[in-house]
Amino acid sequence: MARTIAEINEKIKEGKAVVFTAEEIIDVAREKGVKKAAEEVDVVTTGTFGIMCSSGAYFNIGHSKPRLKLGGGRAYLNDVPAYTGLAAADLFLGANALPDDDPRNRMHPGEFNYGGGHVIEELVAGRDVRLIATAYGTDCYPRKRLETLINIKDLNEAVLFNIRNAYQNYNVAVNLSDKTIYTYMGVLKPQMGNANYSSAGQLSPLFNDPFYKTIGIGTKIFLGGGIGFVAWQGTQHNPGVPRTEKGIPKEGAGTLAVIGDLKQMSPRWLVGASVLGYGCSLTVGIGVPIPILSEEILEYTKVTDADILAPVIDYSDAFPNNKPDILAEVSYAELKSGKIKVKGKDVPTASRSSYPRAVEIATTLKEWIQSGKFLLTESVQPLPGAESGVTFKPLNERPIED
Amino acid sequence: MAVTKRIVLRFPRRLVERPIVYRLVKDYDLELNILKASITPEEEGLLVLELKGNQKEYDKGVDFLIKAGVRIQSLSQDVTRNEERCNHCGACITVCPTGAFRVDPKTRLVIFDNEKCIACGLCIPACPPRAMEVHF
Repeated sequence: MARTIAEINEKIKEGKAVVFTAEEIIDVAREKGVKKAAEEVDVVTTGTFGIMCSSGAYFNIGHSKPRLKLGGGRAYLNDVPAYTGLAAADLFLGANALPDDDPRNRMHPGEFNYGGGHVIEELVAGRDVRLIATAYGTDCYPRKRLETLINIKDLNEAVLFNIRNAYQNYNVAVNLSDKTIYTYMGVLKPQMGNANYSSAGQLSPLFNDPFYKTIGIGTKIFLGGGIGFVAWQGTQHNPGVPRTEKGIPKEGAGTLAVIGDLKQMSPRWLVGASVLGYGCSLTVGIGVPIPILSEEILEYTKVTDADILAPVIDYSDAFPNNKPDILAEVSYAELKSGKIKVKGKDVPTASRSSYPRAVEIATTLKEWIQSGKFLLTESVQPLPGAESGVTFKPLNERPIED
Repeated sequence: MAVTKRIVLRFPRRLVERPIVYRLVKDYDLELNILKASITPEEEGLLVLELKGNQKEYDKGVDFLIKAGVRIQSLSQDVTRNEERCNHCGACITVCPTGAFRVDPKTRLVIFDNEKCIACGLCIPACPPRAMEVHF
């Protein structure tokens, strides 16, 4: 059997598309067999809801009277600095940005109660945000200071643009040292007192299309409660890592850069995050539809947590010192059981990403497709695969000589 | 009938220097476990206790505390989860020393059992969306 995205879209328009979530498809394929399931099912929907640090948004605030040139000046949104290396009325705000007077880790571990991710959440929620900007003044942009409330509805553009999201697999973090550490993977208790993981596993987009056969540049997705698109492969995209027999990467591999109109998104799906001892970030909801173009694609979507392995990494030494050591490989089924065995020790586990919310995203996307309001797009270019030679290199430090 | 209760006691400034809690042991035969104790800069004392004993004696002991001027609140009212903000990730689960959070194996929702909570506060900054709130 083979079907095209155009054929699937015709069925969606007629309200006849057969859609299952990546969780539901596991049982459907088990009951019907891959061949029959592939004949009957048009789309499988995925979802993930986790802290995704390389997220941000850009805005065009409109021109003031008299005009002010943000570019080369300074700008703050609710005291959080935004990037002003662009033109006169454009700003970029990163999820990790912190107010200049945030104490950071001076009293370790810092709390990081408010940063860029929180500003994005407030804007999406429709709340007014304080913009304070200073500029150097030019003949054509004479103004030097601006203090105003802004609201997302008044901005010319407000666009979420996340340069690395939806990691295909991720580390399981433990701490082998004798003291508690505070990491982006959460609080890690000494001597492997706990293990934290962060993936929706069988529901996660790139686990359901491990070789990027359908997800590519231009793929329309659920992003932050609205509609977005895959803009590019994400930074650190690393398709050539070791894989299981079924092609599932055994460590962090593919990533997505995603973009979408922030004005139609929702604060339920873009939530400011405070990571104790680490910093501020943004929790992002993403769902990707996978068109069942062939039996092969359906075969990929029936992946289960038991099929997916993740590396256990020591965040007290191996991670900070960028050493390749892996303590163990465990499956997401083991991780979700509440404990894993590492070096003979039972270690309690906890997730950093929300599985119930991932289910909700996949279900919402399914309903959008079933009701005819979400059509699939053909990708305009595939993401680089293992054969592309694209790799994730460490920094090659070189001394600066005069 | 034996009871075990977790309560929050607030001592006004005038009581901070008076021995009070020991009378719960001496006069009312209550067994106590101090879960948390602090004195604020304004010198209000805060004590979180687990009290075990005979129901009648417990009631008399609490009556004594109230008459002495101590304000009493049940612990379960003190740490709450903002259900709007909780996204059920699970960051709190292994942070909690008493196992007050657990994952429902079917729905993967995080369940907060505030009967097990000792109001230590460790979950509060460990929660990324800051859904846990303490009202001391």
